[in-house]
Amino acid sequence: MEFFRIKKDIPFMRHALVLNAISFITFLAAIFFLWHNGLHLSIEFTGGTVMEVSYPQAAPLDAIRGNVEKLGYADTQIQNFGSSRDVMIRLPLQKDAQGKLISSADQSAAVMKALDPSTSGAKLQRVEFVGPQVGQELAMDGLKALIFVIIGIVLYLSFRFEWKFALAGIIANLHDVVIILGFFAFFQWEFSLSVLAAVLAVLGYSVNESVVIFDRIRENFRKYRKMNTREIIDNAITSTISRTMITHGSTEMMVLAMLVFGGPTLFYFALALTIGILFGIYSSVFVAAALAMWLGVTREDLVKGERKPEDKNRDEDPNFGARV
Amino acid sequence: MNRYPLWKYVVILVALLIGTLYSLPNFYGEAPAVQVSSAKPTIKVDLATQARVEKILADQNISSTGIFFENTGHVGSIKIRFSNTDTQLRARDLLQQKLNVDQNDPNYTVALNLLSNTPGWLSSINALPMPLGLDLRGGVYFLLQVDMKGALQKKITSLAGDIRSQLRDKSIRHQGIDRNVDSITIHFGSTEDAEAARFLLTSSQPQLIWTITSTGDSYKLQGEFKPTALKEIQDNAVKQNIITLNKRVNELAVKEPVIQQQGAERIVVQLPGVQDTARAKDIIGRTATLESRLADPLMSTINVGEIPPPGMDTFRFGENRLGVFKKSVIFSGESITDASAGFDQNQRPAVNITLDASSGRTMQEVTRENMGKPMGMILFEKGKGEVLTIATIQGEFGSKFQITGQPTTESANDLALLLRAGSLAAPMEIIEERTIGPSLGAENIEKGFKSLLIGFTAIAIFMIMYYLLFGTFSVVALAVNLLLLISVLSMLQATLTLPGIAAMALALGMAIDSNVLINERIREELRNGAAPQTAIAVGFDKAWATILDSNVTTLIAGLALLAFGSGPIKGFAVVHCLGILTSMFSAVFFSRGLVNLWYGRHKKIHKLAIGQVWRPQEK
Repeated sequence: MEFFRIKKDIPFMRHALVLNAISFITFLAAIFFLWHNGLHLSIEFTGGTVMEVSYPQAAPLDAIRGNVEKLGYADTQIQNFGSSRDVMIRLPLQKDAQGKLISSADQSAAVMKALDPSTSGAKLQRVEFVGPQVGQELAMDGLKALIFVIIGIVLYLSFRFEWKFALAGIIANLHDVVIILGFFAFFQWEFSLSVLAAVLAVLGYSVNESVVIFDRIRENFRKYRKMNTREIIDNAITSTISRTMITHGSTEMMVLAMLVFGGPTLFYFALALTIGILFGIYSSVFVAAALAMWLGVTREDLVKGERKPEDKNRDEDPNFGARV
Repeated sequence: MNRYPLWKYVVILVALLIGTLYSLPNFYGEAPAVQVSSAKPTIKVDLATQARVEKILADQNISSTGIFFENTGHVGSIKIRFSNTDTQLRARDLLQQKLNVDQNDPNYTVALNLLSNTPGWLSSINALPMPLGLDLRGGVYFLLQVDMKGALQKKITSLAGDIRSQLRDKSIRHQGIDRNVDSITIHFGSTEDAEAARFLLTSSQPQLIWTITSTGDSYKLQGEFKPTALKEIQDNAVKQNIITLNKRVNELAVKEPVIQQQGAERIVVQLPGVQDTARAKDIIGRTATLESRLADPLMSTINVGEIPPPGMDTFRFGENRLGVFKKSVIFSGESITDASAGFDQNQRPAVNITLDASSGRTMQEVTRENMGKPMGMILFEKGKGEVLTIATIQGEFGSKFQITGQPTTESANDLALLLRAGSLAAPMEIIEERTIGPSLGAENIEKGFKSLLIGFTAIAIFMIMYYLLFGTFSVVALAVNLLLLISVLSMLQATLTLPGIAAMALALGMAIDSNVLINERIREELRNGAAPQTAIAVGFDKAWATILDSNVTTLIAGLALLAFGSGPIKGFAVVHCLGILTSMFSAVFFSRGLVNLWYGRHKKIHKLAIGQVWRPQEK
């Protein structure tokens, strides 16, 4: 089996301007939604209490909402979680008359009492409480981790290639991160710690895709001395597209398994990975290389006076010419 | 050219063997067990208790499949494993009856538990199953913040009292002592008094740095904590709170509680299997109190069931005695500023106690009047008193004194600990909390592994169809990767959480990349007309650079998560990083070994089973 039977180099770079325009618009849209809707941060970042309650039959959401509101909680969220019988209740941080935080045990006990478990059959499955200072710390740590990853990758790429590639690579992949965040802002999906982990993992993963293409570009600069930069990039992308699709496809298979079978806890984690992997392919192929081209990568940037010895295998290999 | 020297095959075999051995315990499952732990601060579970348990079981012909003694953070427990639940229940009832003299006031908690079924020979090489995180088995998690200001305030209050009485003893006149947030200020009317006080306090209170400032004719002597002393106070506060928590949690008879320091001033408490958060919180937040009282001079202890003299309180002392005490309290636990184990002048084990100044004075009066009479210490928890020690007053003493009569240094240590750990050193506040129901935990583990299995199968089918024999090699390498990852995690005894399982799945999804890279490179070499053996060698070599690149960039992200992540993210990051490392071994070194073993023997091969290699020129 061979999926990709490409006879001629595909002129990717001919459409570079259009493609870059598309990604720029997507990028702007993502930023707009991030600014306009904001991220729906999980209580890990905001502080508060989350309760998961399961019912023997479909949960009466409206009745639950009424009962919880009677307790005087403003800004609560009550929604189904995973199945129609499971309900997730989010309560904001609540202070008592003395300005002291009410502990989550008291909160959850009050809510459970309001839900009247003896007649409704409601069962408390999970409680999570995060104090305000912890939330702030987690958000800061997340930001630090993101900065660390970006700096680390830029350093590595500049060491492996040169600054034009490093810049192109990191811009392309940050554009992925912003787009993932844009999706989460647009659909108001919950942005939790595990989503953040997924975003960072996918950042490290898809930068590697740009590395593969850059590697090929460098190799091509050495091999095909008559081609111009545009042709060289087209050839590099064409010859790596098969492996790009297959590697990402197999990683995506695993991620899809988590998305479909992993249950509600892994859902958004897998979703972030899926968006990240899909846009990772797109940005490595269309954005990173095109950016490098706009930045004016030349043969001299990459090939520094050295010439690779021609392939000697032809003379030495006894099996040369064997048909397979 | 595609041959490995013997040592490389040996490395592979050894890695596989170790990998199998250490991942094996995870597949044995769990067996019913009974856990015996102490129900009271004065009762200790040790090897002697183990011998007793063994004897009780042997007398009734109940056979166990293993008895284990464990000591976690000053608290011992005994776990006995049984072959079936019937024996487990019988043993539980028997032990409960035989170990506890008074069934209404048990000395030992005997709880049902589950223990890993790992055979002894595996445990003896430290091959243990990965502990499961709370999200996989249900339980309660607390993150507590120790209030350091509170600890400091307590220390300053007791210091101020000491200083006041020291100045009085030396008749140095002062115009008042101010307690500030982290320092003490003493006002003086003359520079001579201030100097004299400084001279005295510099030697008697070396934890503080004393400086004199003057405004007009009033002189201020300011004492500030040295940074090292400050750190020591904080460390001790956290440590003492952890010890106290350990004792309290032990009472919940939790299977494997985790109580650890996190950062400078935080404590993590994990109670697997506990569902009742309210009760857990109640016990964690409870304050025990300690009282010192005079004992009845004629009969300080009586047997359980005997009638005590009128007007006296009785409290349990050991297993079947009662201590008889007067009603008035000499000093209570808050007055103890320090208690440590040491030796007296005859080199016998002793406990050195330091009281604050005001209790020291009371102590002095009481001891002067009651020389030669017995006094004792009683620990109150849940409203029930428990006698820690009864000793005879040997002389007149004040705020520093010794309790002797402990048979061993170990018991002296225990007593010191109990005296100190009666209350928390500093108040604590719960800043994070998670409760996960057991059914949710079981569901998480099932869903996590199901998706891992389905993802693996899908990748395996695809790889084998697309790359035939080379695909099979890749799948075997992927399975080896999983095996090594599990074994390394088990060796490190890393806690397995749901994010950890997700990271495992992701690690496999990313690890197959390396094999795809290699296989694609080999195909490309073949397409360009290389001979099969050359294609293999060149393919592996050329793919290596790319594999290294991709793993470095992924590792950068993994390390960032490891460095800045906490809680669930850390679990994810550990597995993610280790997965990258094991994949380098399995996908490159191991799979090359397989290919070499298969193809390397032949001098000439005409075809590689790597699937179709399509060439553009053949239309």
